[in-house]
Amino acid sequence: MARLPKPLGVVPLGDLAAYVEFSRTLDLEINSVAQRLAAAIVARAVPGIRDVVPALGGVALHFDPGFDGDAVKTAAELVELCMKKGLPDADDLGREVEVPVCYDAEFALDMGEISQRLKMGSEEIIKRHVAGEYRVLMVGFSPGHPYIGGLDPKLAVPRRATPRAMVPAGSVAVANQQTVVYPYAISGGWNIIGRTPLVCFDASRGSPSLFAPGDRVRFYAIDRREFEMRKENP
Amino acid sequence: MSIRVVRPGLLTTVQDLGRHGLQHLGLCPGGAMDPVSLALANALVGNPPGAAALEITVIGPELLFEHDTLVALCGAEFQGAIPHNRPLLARAGERLSVGRAERGARAYLAVAGGLAIEPVLGSCSTYLPGHFGGLHGRALRHGDALPLVEDVSAERFAALKRRNGASVRWSAPPLTVPDREPIVVHAIEGQHFGLFDTAMQRLFFDTVWKVAPESNRMGFRLAGPALARISGEEILSGPTALGSVQVPANGVPIALMADHQTTGGYPRIAEIVSADVPRVAQMAPGATLHFALCSLDMARELRLDAKQRLDAALRSIAWEFGH
Repeated sequence: MARLPKPLGVVPLGDLAAYVEFSRTLDLEINSVAQRLAAAIVARAVPGIRDVVPALGGVALHFDPGFDGDAVKTAAELVELCMKKGLPDADDLGREVEVPVCYDAEFALDMGEISQRLKMGSEEIIKRHVAGEYRVLMVGFSPGHPYIGGLDPKLAVPRRATPRAMVPAGSVAVANQQTVVYPYAISGGWNIIGRTPLVCFDASRGSPSLFAPGDRVRFYAIDRREFEMRKENP
Repeated sequence: MSIRVVRPGLLTTVQDLGRHGLQHLGLCPGGAMDPVSLALANALVGNPPGAAALEITVIGPELLFEHDTLVALCGAEFQGAIPHNRPLLARAGERLSVGRAERGARAYLAVAGGLAIEPVLGSCSTYLPGHFGGLHGRALRHGDALPLVEDVSAERFAALKRRNGASVRWSAPPLTVPDREPIVVHAIEGQHFGLFDTAMQRLFFDTVWKVAPESNRMGFRLAGPALARISGEEILSGPTALGSVQVPANGVPIALMADHQTTGGYPRIAEIVSADVPRVAQMAPGATLHFALCSLDMARELRLDAKQRLDAALRSIAWEFGH
């Protein structure tokens, strides 16, 4: 197995949280290490730590307000200990998530534009998008909002110059080498290629978020009729 | 048993200490903006510090009590006849009207025994953007009935009377309500402090910032000079925390509050120390603050100090209940 990377440093996020940073650019290998490290920390159930958040380039630890120690020092020691003991295997983390997507023109608001930019027909774009093997790199920004890596490099397009004021909930969108699914109707600048009938975040479900960091994701195409049949209401 | 909402006020929500352990799924902890005042209000009616109570914002509600109910109001000072920072027996049929905030922005109204609210994901806190938690996932409305847990008011009032006679002559100390403006807010350097040149760094600490009207439970926008970065290159989206001060492209800093986003791609110029976050939460739009640079060691000392003061206040209140 490859040697584990060392953190660049531990950055205080105030006095009750610390960010163990491994990379300042997106690196899928390092992202996977961050998720494995987060799993190792969670497994230790350290008193005083109440949130372990794997991010794109590292792991953030959030401490209880009653914590009387030094968050940065505690985080650094904990990470060193976990890395020394060995991290769980990436394959043992995360679940398989299958995501139906209706790529119909009505939902694929930016398909025309990226089709032109890539000089690729929408059918080819859809074919390549469903063929990908994806992994959730991070869930953040808003509840259940996944950043999904593994996009076909041939589908890489930058974000839209002007963000849309309102992106419909469930929109599946791409930018650079990632795919996102918008859990709520919010403003956003990613290129929308379809919509899923699934609800990303539902607080009343036992497992509220459809996506979690480390999940392996597959998209598959459905038609409009199936979209209506499978439409979930939050 | 319940309390009727005659007038909801500007933004009155049910809050406790928030839901934790879900930030990896993008869900912020939320909870009371000023947990110190929440703890004091709860202690004054004999509740545990994190029991669910009403968070009242800038313009208060009018409530009608159907039974004799022991209540306490802590935090910001509001106009109206309700005594602050002490237990109060609202009689059956009595209406309590909380006016407009005169000092501070948020107060907590706790009820003996607590509110009978079903927790969602481990907390009774209202999360407005997600429409869940609290009373139907929203702010209070006219005509709402707030269910109460149990009738403990009479018994707790009796305990207070045994020690205090006919009336309570003491009050809890206001620990978070700002006195003279601009309020001094301690902050440590953020991860991206170095992305701003020395002049901008100095500007950040020299400016008297004003809390902008477009501020809410998610974050406070700070009006003042625009903060420009050395270069505009994108930074990798990373984690944020309660009190992070991020600077979007328009240069207007945003201090992240209880319902903050869990990650963000804007540079974080500073991090407000945990001891000062409840004091910032007490600032209404228009209030002014300036930042004082602070070391991580000092931030820890301020935190331990604040905790000691709160614990001492909670102990002396518990003593009045005979605990």
